[in-house]
Amino acid sequence: MTQTISVLVENRAGVLNRITGLFSRRAFNIESLAVGVTDDKNISRITIIVDSGNNVVEQVEKQLNKLVDVIKVRTLDEKKLIGRELIIVKVSTSTKTRQDVANLCQIMGAKIADISSTTMTLELSDTPDRVDLFESLLRPFSILEVARTGVIAVQKGSGKI
Amino acid sequence: MINGAQVLMESLKREGVERIFGYAGATICPAVDALAATDIAYTLVRTEQNAGHMASGYARMMGRPGVCMVTSGPGATNLITGIATAYMDSIPMVAITGQVQSYLLGRDIFQEVDITGACAPFTKHSYLVKDANDIPRVVKEAFHIASTGRQGPVLIDIPIDIQQQMIDPVYPDSVDIRGYKPSVKGNDVQIKRVAEAISAAQKPLLCVGGGLFSAHAQAELVALCEGARIPVVTTMMGLGLLPTDHPLNLGMIGAFGTPTANRALNTTDLLIIAGARAADRAVTSPKEIASRTKTVHLDVDPAEIGKNFSTTVPVVGDVKVILGQLISHRPRAQSDAWIADLQARRQAEPRPAAAPGAGSVTPSYLMHALGEKLGDDACVCVDVGQNQIWAAKHLPMKHGRFLTTGGLGTMGYSLPAALGVKAAVPDRQVAVVCGDGSFQMFENELATLKAMDADVKLVMVHNGVLGLVHQIQFSSYSGPFGVDLTGSPDFEALAAAYGIPSARIADDGQVDAAIDAMLTQSGPYLLICDVDPMATTSST
Repeated sequence: MTQTISVLVENRAGVLNRITGLFSRRAFNIESLAVGVTDDKNISRITIIVDSGNNVVEQVEKQLNKLVDVIKVRTLDEKKLIGRELIIVKVSTSTKTRQDVANLCQIMGAKIADISSTTMTLELSDTPDRVDLFESLLRPFSILEVARTGVIAVQKGSGKI
Repeated sequence: MINGAQVLMESLKREGVERIFGYAGATICPAVDALAATDIAYTLVRTEQNAGHMASGYARMMGRPGVCMVTSGPGATNLITGIATAYMDSIPMVAITGQVQSYLLGRDIFQEVDITGACAPFTKHSYLVKDANDIPRVVKEAFHIASTGRQGPVLIDIPIDIQQQMIDPVYPDSVDIRGYKPSVKGNDVQIKRVAEAISAAQKPLLCVGGGLFSAHAQAELVALCEGARIPVVTTMMGLGLLPTDHPLNLGMIGAFGTPTANRALNTTDLLIIAGARAADRAVTSPKEIASRTKTVHLDVDPAEIGKNFSTTVPVVGDVKVILGQLISHRPRAQSDAWIADLQARRQAEPRPAAAPGAGSVTPSYLMHALGEKLGDDACVCVDVGQNQIWAAKHLPMKHGRFLTTGGLGTMGYSLPAALGVKAAVPDRQVAVVCGDGSFQMFENELATLKAMDADVKLVMVHNGVLGLVHQIQFSSYSGPFGVDLTGSPDFEALAAAYGIPSARIADDGQVDAAIDAMLTQSGPYLLICDVDPMATTSST
């Protein structure tokens, strides 16, 4: 089982290092980690997916809270979160397969970001499950390159952290 | 306009700093130069690690951060063990390191290391200062973070060009760190639950650790255990919180603890852990205890609660404040029968006895005699290894301190810590207990001892081996290897070379007279006590 932890931190040099360092020395496993600045340019939001028993998540949360640069930590309710991941994938295509790939993009709601005589580069932003599905459907076309952002997430409804 | 180094010194003075332990080098020279112009006292150590240990000993007596200051590169890396020791023992410390020029950072130039990166796992927080205008705020924050909540070391790394940068400093009056707001007061509802649990308990037990020293909560401990009739066991870091002969003190728990303390831990119906993380050495089977009994954990660090021990009632806050809140409920346990039984068992525990004529000193007897003869408020700084276990088990505490590193277990801690203690409280009697192994880890600080002409008495348990490892190798491995201290110097001649008087004894019949002779001398003194290398921590 995985859990999603949302962390607000001071947007300063070295903060990410403190966070990832904490995970490695406390032997917590990170499945994915995504960082970006928030509406306040002094604050960044880090979304971390951890592989968890409940105790682990509680310790992660407490240890994160001890870091001076960490402002807030919240474990998100998996049933009530909006989690999205961006994938950019370059596949090898020919005139024969180009239409099949385009169809797949249409079905999945992906965009064609770039095209060349031998390749197509596609982008999709969706839940991690659907991103996985998209990637697996493309595999028969010979994937040349994949980049995924890791999940970013916020809670549904009016609540905020 | 003044330079960054002068700003640093002024900021330290504003935090009440009266002494710095350090070792100079190229990149810290501006700070040393600025220090020379102040009335802050300076102690030169002989290796940087010991500047950390001295600051630790100093901080433990002063109840506020000790300050150490060293140069970049190897100076900083040598200090790491001192910082890590303070971190594991939750000792407030501000460590200052010089750094290469800020515009050359990352080029691997002479004596450059990423010390804030290297120390991240064992500093409470760290700063790499890149503008001298930040120094007043950084210093103020560093002292605040080091000395509040769960105390610990904070590192400030200052490039030499920042120390030389000319500015008009602005000194802040207060600290506001939005990500750092430690709890002070315990939750009232939880406190009430604890008070009710105590009053309902027949076999309550208080397990106290070093956190009570950090919180200055000794008076509250006495009031609670006596008022609510709760016997007390301690971790190693909690030794000395109550006098050894206090009727409710059952001694230390754990692998090296007293039989009565461990029995109490295994039969209690309400275990109250206060200011202790109760790690593996103190509690070997936390799951078993937690499954059987109700547990209360009082700690300033929320992350300690539930980490090693699952807890029925957690209370987070300053332990002094929490104990005060608890006392105000006037809980009283139904514990008379339980206390009577435990006291009888405690009385029946074997006492250290002299075995004169054996041709070696009995460690338990030595520790017992030393503790008896030391003054009422003596500070005993204890190293790591068999000497530590023997002292913890057999050295009776009165109203003094037992200062050792229970967390990191760093050999060579005792003498530098003692020098820090002496600098903090020059009028108190200070003794060091060490082995011939640990002695050789701090040996170079005999020079500092001499330079300070500090009245510190060293008692060396001398058995020619790394005793605790030797003991473990006998009991659990294929036998002793690599623990023979052949090549050790003639310690008396060595002490004489430093101008320190010494004596050597090899029989229990000499112990009392030798300790008396040592304690009547003024100034530093080394007493070498020959102990059988086969003596173990379980022999009495």
